[in-house]
Amino acid sequence: MLERGRSLFVVACVTIAAMVIVGCGSSSNDGSSTSTGASGLPTSIGKGEGQLNVIAWEGYTQPQWVKPFERQTGCKVNAKYAGSSDEMVTLMRQGGGSQYDLVSASGDASVRLIRGGDVQPVNVALIPGWRDFIPQLRSPAHNTVDGKHYGVSLQWGPNTLLYNTRDVPRPDSWSTLYDLRYKGEVTVPDNPIQIADAALYLSRTRPELGIRDPYALTEDQLNAAVDLLKQQRPLIKKYWALASDEIDLFKNGDAVVGASWPYQTITLQADRASVADMIPREGATGWADTWMLSSKAQHPNCAYEWMKWVSTPRVQAQQAISFGETPANTKACPYMDRIERGACAKYHANAPTSYFDSIHFWRTPTSDCGPEGGNDCTDYNEWQQKWTEVKG
Amino acid sequence: MDGGEGLSAGPVSAPTSASASLRRARGRVSAGLFRRAWLRATLLLGAPAAWFVLLYIAALVILFISAFWRVDEFTGKLIHSWTLDNFKTLVTEPTYRTIALRTIGIAAAVTVTDALLALPFAYFAARLASRRMQSLLFVIVLIPLWTSYLVRVYAWRLILAQDGILNWALHKLGLGSLEVAYSNWAMWIVFSYIWLPFMILPVWLAFERVPGSLMEASSDLGARGWTTFRRVLLPMVLPGIVAGSIFTFSLTLGDFITPTLVGGAGSDFIGNVVYRSVGIASNVPFAAAFATIPLIVMALYLLGARKLGAFEAM
Amino acid sequence: MGGGMRLSRIALAVWTVLIVCFLMFPIVLIAVYAFNPSNVQSWPLHGLSTKWFSQTFQNDAMREAFWLSIRAALISTGIAILLGSLAAFAVHRFRFFGRETVSFVILLPLALPGIITGMALNSFFTWGGLNFSLTTIVIGHATFCIVTVYNNVLARLRRTQASLVEASMDLGADGWQTFRHVTLPMIATALVAGGLLAFALSFDEVIVTTFTAGAQNTLPLWIFGNIRLGQQLPQVNVVVLCVIALTLIPVFLAQRLTRDTGALRPVGGGMAGAGSRTRVVAEAPPGG
Repeated sequence: MLERGRSLFVVACVTIAAMVIVGCGSSSNDGSSTSTGASGLPTSIGKGEGQLNVIAWEGYTQPQWVKPFERQTGCKVNAKYAGSSDEMVTLMRQGGGSQYDLVSASGDASVRLIRGGDVQPVNVALIPGWRDFIPQLRSPAHNTVDGKHYGVSLQWGPNTLLYNTRDVPRPDSWSTLYDLRYKGEVTVPDNPIQIADAALYLSRTRPELGIRDPYALTEDQLNAAVDLLKQQRPLIKKYWALASDEIDLFKNGDAVVGASWPYQTITLQADRASVADMIPREGATGWADTWMLSSKAQHPNCAYEWMKWVSTPRVQAQQAISFGETPANTKACPYMDRIERGACAKYHANAPTSYFDSIHFWRTPTSDCGPEGGNDCTDYNEWQQKWTEVKG
Repeated sequence: MDGGEGLSAGPVSAPTSASASLRRARGRVSAGLFRRAWLRATLLLGAPAAWFVLLYIAALVILFISAFWRVDEFTGKLIHSWTLDNFKTLVTEPTYRTIALRTIGIAAAVTVTDALLALPFAYFAARLASRRMQSLLFVIVLIPLWTSYLVRVYAWRLILAQDGILNWALHKLGLGSLEVAYSNWAMWIVFSYIWLPFMILPVWLAFERVPGSLMEASSDLGARGWTTFRRVLLPMVLPGIVAGSIFTFSLTLGDFITPTLVGGAGSDFIGNVVYRSVGIASNVPFAAAFATIPLIVMALYLLGARKLGAFEAM
Repeated sequence: MGGGMRLSRIALAVWTVLIVCFLMFPIVLIAVYAFNPSNVQSWPLHGLSTKWFSQTFQNDAMREAFWLSIRAALISTGIAILLGSLAAFAVHRFRFFGRETVSFVILLPLALPGIITGMALNSFFTWGGLNFSLTTIVIGHATFCIVTVYNNVLARLRRTQASLVEASMDLGADGWQTFRHVTLPMIATALVAGGLLAFALSFDEVIVTTFTAGAQNTLPLWIFGNIRLGQQLPQVNVVVLCVIALTLIPVFLAQRLTRDTGALRPVGGGMAGAGSRTRVVAEAPPGG
């Protein structure tokens, strides 16, 4: 017995030693810590650091444009997906703020990041594509403060109404989401900012509430929107938090109508599901995304290379068609048509102004009601609490 | 008792002066340690104690202290001012009570279900199966533990979906379809599935430990199968059941991934609120406050489990 | 006896088969869907395709995540074996104030919901200024892996004879020699069994890791990222299928070891397995 025990003991010792040696020996590459947060803006892009950590919306880092980027610059892209602006803000702040270099923040996250000091200004002169951006997205309020650009606009698009073409006749209003006919078959995003969608709907159907801006809601207006959402609650099959939630819900017959992003529609249609999406007559909320640079970015040069890369017309076109959104770069239009005929018009890349103005882009609700109101609007904290109430 | 001098067991080496003095030194250290039991205990316990106290306990203490702080809404920075607001919100807002009760209720249901599922299986495996069958059953119970938890839960989405496998099978049998997907029922089924191996193993072990002679004695005294089971086996196996239940209850209580993947509109767990508070809303104090509920529940459960002898049965 | 017994035996056998089907069905499903030609998971399956296998093996992100998981699991298991056995020895050999508490505290990381552990460590590391990296992942994993080794070793120590150690000392061996030649061989298989379980726990852990990993992905985090995307799901199935195949080896190993240690002996060995220390004096040492 002791003989076998001894050999087992030897094996055990060697194994433990090997484990620890192998594990510790291959040191994990945390990225070379280059000097971060230069006091002035950089005047040129330096040598790549070999790695880039980004926080991105699902679908924003497809291999189609990531692989050529990695080949050309040698910057390996690590993407962490987030499904909501809140998640992006939290991830950016995690671990003291130096975990990630870039974040594709929408308008309701960008201002919070700027105010919290989590992002640093960028030198747009280093981004050639920026000069061809539509005027509204060169220095928009959600990423430019006091003339300083805290990032580079990326793409923009609407939140759409997704429906199953077999079970739902072509809808034309957001009322479809509140229709008792589809009880137990509706899905909307699990995101407090959804309150704005309800508010948008109410601004047309109940004008007596006086809602002008779906993100600037007084206490009464907020309560009205929350009541509408609570009425919708029995109709909801699931509040989708991951893009694949909604894809699975529609593909497997659990939902027939819902609020969505074009990404889901495209993925479903590529899988031959009979779905389609549209923008109802009440208008839509939407997002305008910015790539923002962390104030403690460990790989700033790779970050600049990335921002430069995704602002070029070709990549703008690729991403627009892949996700179903509209590029900020006006020169992307011909590239889009080359990839998919008619894509430029389909995603409104060539006639953006009126379309742009019709979308109510995400922004963080604050107590400031804007130019016309007072200072008694509800802020995002209250929205978050109300949202938890809605979901129960 | 001096263990240093005298004949030495073990490999005999050529007695050079260096190795001899080394052996004498080792002998003295060993003798010294042998006499001072507290020194040995401290040396043994030192490293693990340091690890736990400095890393884990400290982290827990800091976390639950922060339940009394709050965050700045806009910047997300922690403000070290003492307040009971978080606990007040928990108590006054009925939503959180609903969520807590739902979590505890489903955790209890899953525990009972798993115990019922595991008992006959464990009895068969421990006492009726042949040696080879036992090995096979053991492997079958272990394989799910080695398969990714996420992917197993995701596979259940496919089974329970409206157009999924379950309804397809029910249609083939001529029965209607079940609308089980994305609901509390789905969570109950999936949780019971996922934690079943954790319940089977301790119960199996407990059945193994029951001496066969007890069973024979019981039937010699005239008890039939069911009575033997109820009055003899079950009390002996109870520690194993309770040990398994610690895992099923605790793992369900703190989970947020299964509710996210297979839960529906009204399926939020404590874990979901906590995760959203930390991972999305950056409100660690509120999350810590809400997390005291599972902490207290589990502390009580563990105390009860210890009384029932579960710790020895693991 | 007779009819009633047979009926109950058959019923139990049927139940066991049902449970086996219940346990294995989703696993089989995962394996089958690794051959799903479409990238969205739905029923029924429209044909089979092996195109995802080559894509998966070439997937750099997957390989890095896999390798990170392996490293984290190895180091965590190493630490767990070391600290777990130290604690087991201390608790087994000595009666000291707070002995019961030690067992309780070591169990805590596994008994408390993972989200509490994850949150606590996350805040702790941020407050301590520690960068999220392999180190933080390992700290998280090792903390709850210690208990598996601790339990196994303690259970084994309880079943061994204290007299063997004393006999060794009487024969003149010093502490170290006794440890090396007597104690360690006795607990070796318990160490390995506990270590295997710790490895499994660490390799598949997702909740605590979500809070303690930085920008890098372990395999479960990579899987979760792909589940979010919803566009590369068959790759996930391929990876999981390969992991199952790979882990059949340690599973068989674990099964063999625990069988030999009497943990899962058939009824005949029940007496020795009953664990009473006094009874074992007259029998052969366990594991022999």
